[in-house]
Amino acid sequence: MLILQTLATGAAHGHTIAHVIEHRSEDVLQVEHGSLYPALHRLEDRGWIASFWGTSENNRKARYYRLTATGRKQLSVETSRWDRVVRAINQVLRPAEK
Amino acid sequence: MSWRRFLRRNWWDGERAREIESYLEIETAENIARGMNPSDAAAAAHRKFGNPVMVREEIYRMNTVGWLESVWQDVRYGARQLCSSPGFAAVAIASLALGIGANTAIFQLLDAVRLRSLPVKNPQELAEVRIIGGNGGMGLNPNRYGGLTRPLWEHIEKHQQSFSSMFAWASGDIRVGQISDLRRAKGIRVSGDFFRTLGVDPWRGRLILPEDEAQSCPLTRAVVSYSYWQGQMGARELDAGSKLMVNGDLVEVIGVTPPQFLGLAVGESFDIALPFCRPREALRRDVFDVSVMGRLRPGWTLEKASAHLEAISPGLFAETVITGYGAEAIGRYKRFKLAAYEAGGGVSQLREQYDSSLWLLLAITGMVLLIACANLANLMLARASVREREVAVRLALGASRRRLLRQLLAESALLAAIGVGLGVAIARFLSRTLVWSLSTENAMVQLPMATDWRIFLFATLVAVLTCAIFGVMPAIRATDVEPGSAMQSGSRGVTGRRERFAIQRLMVIGQISISLVLLVSALLFVRSFRNLMTFHPGMRQAGITVGFFGFNPIPAARDHPEEFRREILDEVRATPGVLAAASTTNVPLIGGSWSHGVRIGSARGGSQFTWVSPSYFETMGIPVLQGRDFTRDDTRKSPRVAVVNQTFVRKYLGGTNPIGQTMRTGEEPNFPSTVYEIVGVIADTKYNNLRSVIPPMTFAPASQYPPEALWANVMIHSDSPTATVGAAVKRRISEKYSGTIMEFVDFQQRIREGMIQERLMAMLSGFFGLLAALLAMVGLYGVISYLVARRRNEIGIRLALGAHRGQVIGMVMKEAGRLLLIGIVIGIATSLVAGRAAGAMLFGLKPHDPLTLAGAVILLAAIALMASLVPARRASRLDPMIAIRYE
Repeated sequence: MLILQTLATGAAHGHTIAHVIEHRSEDVLQVEHGSLYPALHRLEDRGWIASFWGTSENNRKARYYRLTATGRKQLSVETSRWDRVVRAINQVLRPAEK
Repeated sequence: MSWRRFLRRNWWDGERAREIESYLEIETAENIARGMNPSDAAAAAHRKFGNPVMVREEIYRMNTVGWLESVWQDVRYGARQLCSSPGFAAVAIASLALGIGANTAIFQLLDAVRLRSLPVKNPQELAEVRIIGGNGGMGLNPNRYGGLTRPLWEHIEKHQQSFSSMFAWASGDIRVGQISDLRRAKGIRVSGDFFRTLGVDPWRGRLILPEDEAQSCPLTRAVVSYSYWQGQMGARELDAGSKLMVNGDLVEVIGVTPPQFLGLAVGESFDIALPFCRPREALRRDVFDVSVMGRLRPGWTLEKASAHLEAISPGLFAETVITGYGAEAIGRYKRFKLAAYEAGGGVSQLREQYDSSLWLLLAITGMVLLIACANLANLMLARASVREREVAVRLALGASRRRLLRQLLAESALLAAIGVGLGVAIARFLSRTLVWSLSTENAMVQLPMATDWRIFLFATLVAVLTCAIFGVMPAIRATDVEPGSAMQSGSRGVTGRRERFAIQRLMVIGQISISLVLLVSALLFVRSFRNLMTFHPGMRQAGITVGFFGFNPIPAARDHPEEFRREILDEVRATPGVLAAASTTNVPLIGGSWSHGVRIGSARGGSQFTWVSPSYFETMGIPVLQGRDFTRDDTRKSPRVAVVNQTFVRKYLGGTNPIGQTMRTGEEPNFPSTVYEIVGVIADTKYNNLRSVIPPMTFAPASQYPPEALWANVMIHSDSPTATVGAAVKRRISEKYSGTIMEFVDFQQRIREGMIQERLMAMLSGFFGLLAALLAMVGLYGVISYLVARRRNEIGIRLALGAHRGQVIGMVMKEAGRLLLIGIVIGIATSLVAGRAAGAMLFGLKPHDPLTLAGAVILLAAIALMASLVPARRASRLDPMIAIRYE
């Protein structure tokens, strides 16, 4: 979901995706960047993202990923489900705040 | 989806590797931009990424189908194992391929004659109408597949309700071409609805239709089979000029049947199909020559149809009462009942004749395969114990037992698969050879020998079974080791664990007993065949040529048939090279059968009747024991006389002097009731079959044969071969009486063709028996060698302590002898039980023939002892020093 969200704004390559996720989560989600790739592979296999070879900002060859139509749909499904879960958890954790 | 991924997994792996590479490059470049030196930058990039190989492996695993990958690994491993011991692989594959090939070939034959349906539309709906229990030999029965008369068929068709459509057909030889150049062809005569009911569509032109049947004789139209059209008519397109001379009538060929339709008689095929035609006089009511079949109406079962047929039987038989017979025969005729029988597989003489032999052969080949399997299992066990240490190490390193099992089974499966592939190839060749060996010049056997899914299914089933037998047990045993103890003892064990050998011993005992059974059956069949070949039927066989003469087209013969026959016989006798010649109405051992009811005094019964010319007994070397032979003075006008055989005298005349006694025959069409005076007695001879019991036989003079025969069968005794004599006689007769139809066959050769089944059984069972003995020998040799190898240390110590070489040999041989003895005892018991199945097929000996049993036991014992002597001697020549040190 995080990867899909990252790609929602436009195509990016693996390196960018890793750094964007790290930055946006304000370094809370720190993982080995390598583990990103199996995830990318799985998403591509499901047809949610597509990839192509392109040239990066500093003129290096890199594999770019973009969101497909099904991927976009999947993102909205997952985002809304996440929102529901978060809301539910919040309600359980802080029932008094109402 | 997952398959595409699976097939492209290597491509994806490369792709991802490049991608990871690009990540590292970018990260390194950014690190350098942040001010790190290049090597630190690269290291930091790697740290950030993690382990690239692990990432790639993870992706690779995502792409594979787990079990498939490991099965493929197992198969490759198995193949490498087999390649590393080519000798073992060759023996294993060869014995498997032979076993599976033989099984498949026999099954293929069995399938073709027994299990397959006719190649027509919905064969399961077809049923045949027959008299329950047959007609008991009433009237004339010229065809093998006949059973009903034409008038009866017409009434059945008119009155029945159980079939939506019906047809009748009859088979018979026909002669094609001009009289000077006649060729024999296989004909079938069919009713108008034959092809339509069967649902056979024409390949060319049109097939026979109901309007063809309505025509009066002689025939004008015919349909030929595809093979006849191809072979004899050059596959020329049909037109108004496509004509054939069939039995002297010019007929137009109006159509060709499709290639897959070979007629209703399995294994026989046909050349020409002719429609029934209406003869000028009424149809005969005593000729049971047609077979009636039909398609059951929807919803009608065989039982329902039979009940219906039985209900209408009295009316049908009353309306078609047989003519020219006495009241007793007519009464019997009126009591006949009809029933419907399954006919989807067609009719087959082959089936009746070979059914039990083929099942027996399948059992024999199955046992051969079993022996081969036992050998393989033994080999696998031996290999497994060699690899004991390897297995122990792998188990200790954490391999699961299931994984190891699967790996060992993959090896067996690979062997079995290769065995099946080769086996099916061998089977194709074998089954064709078998069919070919069933054929004789006189009767070609034509069977469709397609290798189709049923055959493959059978072969695969056999393979799975064999794999299970020879693969599973050794694999289970091989993986059943305690890693610790196996690694410790290794090959240093002194005598090997006893229970480990128990299975191998059991298998060798099994092999010996099975191969003894096969050897016994082989010897039985070979000796039975020999008995048949050397059997003396009471008459001369060698040097006899049988000539078949037809005088139909000759006017002189039609005027005075009796005189004409005598003239022809005189011409034959006068031909150079002919020692003696005589005519007979019935050729013994290869001809048909003719009988009449007789009454002698108060005794009633039946006797075979043959009308022969003077000197027949002399020509055939049959001794006249009492009274006289026929002479030229026995003519149509003189009193009726007869010569009978010993059985006749025993059965009807008791101890009295037969000469001068009289007998009266029952009335039959063309054969009025006649009183014969017995003037002579001949020695017993076989009648129309070597195997049957000798019946009471009566001979009468040819000149007194009641019907006017325009044909003659002449037995010619000569020193020259049939081809020479036949040609000489043919030339001489054609010169004088042109238009005579003549055909010559070798008497002895024709008799031997009748023994083809015995020859086949003798050959095949002999072959398989020897194969079984050979395989058992290999098995015994293998096990004894293996035991010797395992006891190497022990034998070395014994030798070092002063044992004689003879003692060592004795020790090993005692071991082998014990196995042999137990195997033989079990084998004899099994043979005695199994022999009953073969009893009916044997000639001149009983299935528990002691001589045969003894022979088989001695043969097997000799082979087995030879096989174990080799390893025993090897053991005795061991150098004790090397043997003890050997590790």
